[in-house]
Amino acid sequence: MALGKEEIAKRIAKEVKDGYYVNLGIGIPTLVANYVRTDIAVEFQSENGVLGMGPFPFEGEEDADIINAGKQTITTLPGASFFDSALSFGMIRSQKVDLTILGAMEVAENGDIANWKIPGKMVKGMGGAMDLVASAENIIVAMMHVNKAGESKILKKCSLPLTGVGCVKKVVTELAVLEVTPKGFKLLERAPGVSVEHIIASTEATLIIEGDIPEMIID
Amino acid sequence: MINKKVNTVQDALEGIKDSMTIMLGGFGLSGIPENAIAELVTKGTTDLTCISNNAGVDDFGLGLLLQKRQIKKMISSYVGENAEFERQMLSGELDVELTPQGTLAEKCRAAQAGIPAFFTPAGYGTEVAEGKEVREFNGKMHIMELAYKADFSIVKAWKGDEAGNLIFKGTARNFNACMAGAAKITIAEVEELLPVGSLDPNEIHIPGIMVQRIFQGEKFEKRIEQRTVRKRN
Repeated sequence: MALGKEEIAKRIAKEVKDGYYVNLGIGIPTLVANYVRTDIAVEFQSENGVLGMGPFPFEGEEDADIINAGKQTITTLPGASFFDSALSFGMIRSQKVDLTILGAMEVAENGDIANWKIPGKMVKGMGGAMDLVASAENIIVAMMHVNKAGESKILKKCSLPLTGVGCVKKVVTELAVLEVTPKGFKLLERAPGVSVEHIIASTEATLIIEGDIPEMIID
Repeated sequence: MINKKVNTVQDALEGIKDSMTIMLGGFGLSGIPENAIAELVTKGTTDLTCISNNAGVDDFGLGLLLQKRQIKKMISSYVGENAEFERQMLSGELDVELTPQGTLAEKCRAAQAGIPAFFTPAGYGTEVAEGKEVREFNGKMHIMELAYKADFSIVKAWKGDEAGNLIFKGTARNFNACMAGAAKITIAEVEELLPVGSLDPNEIHIPGIMVQRIFQGEKFEKRIEQRTVRKRN
């Protein structure tokens, strides 16, 4: 069975380690915060200028001055801090943020990512994505393996305008966990009940497959 | 004490003319100088180039200036959530320069800090790098970005005093703190304007030297773009 969005988020949450500062993008990445182990110390950074983000506020306690990069009202946890946009991207560029999780429209086997523009159709802008992918050491992409027409978004080469070059380290989709290696995508795990053949058929890029591929452990 | 206080938003915006370049603080609708934007709509100043991370929504923030076609060019990082913006951009009525958010912040900060240019890895190998100088530092490719040059910077703070000192609240600090002092003239719109001596010098985020005019906004709607809450159990 292909994974749902919540399950993709659950799988990615396992990549979040003790002592990490983490930046979460909009969409599936935002859900990751709900599944991170509670016995480890992790701080979430939002690039509009907050570290130590907490859950959504209780009804009636929303504050227009306390939002995340998705413009959603949030709360802060003890130890949180606010800062300006230049310092926020300063900590991103100087690699103080340990892990960046973001969505993508396409990823290529050399680690290129495209997620900000579909020429002639959709131009919303790159927001902070270009700064994040150009600087982060550890980038995990949460995305759908195929589009609604069944076409692969895991490619030999991106067709859309790039957000960053050679930067993605790992990709988690509804079908598989892939690692970007110097030789291309390596299949690490498959979704429970999804065959290696099905993943190969759903992937335009060539996959490196070594030995038995284990199923993802979601819970 | 050098007094920066002006009594009205009209006085604060004195000298803003057609075809000027203006920086406006805020992220989404959070921390936008909403009183100054409303006055720009009333004033009818046109052909503006606006440097602002976002372009508001259809009926609030910079969206109000877009509705009246007062903006010729937008320099932003993210412009979703605004149908009129998208229409004007796709039809070619509006010139749009999309800039990575960290680069946009740093281009403001560089102007504020008197630095003409800097190198960043953001956008290397993408459309953003087209026509820009590329250099390698420490084995990594960077592109050169220039500091912004703006006529006016309009920022919004939570508290300020008559000397122009500013304190921001929460994530409303965002681009406001980077844009203060980044243009020829900086106008600060504050929720609460206090006499000098009311603010603790230790707690001031932006010193008054960066601000030329300060006024207290008449009313603040502080609209929330994405109201997300959880239920009490």
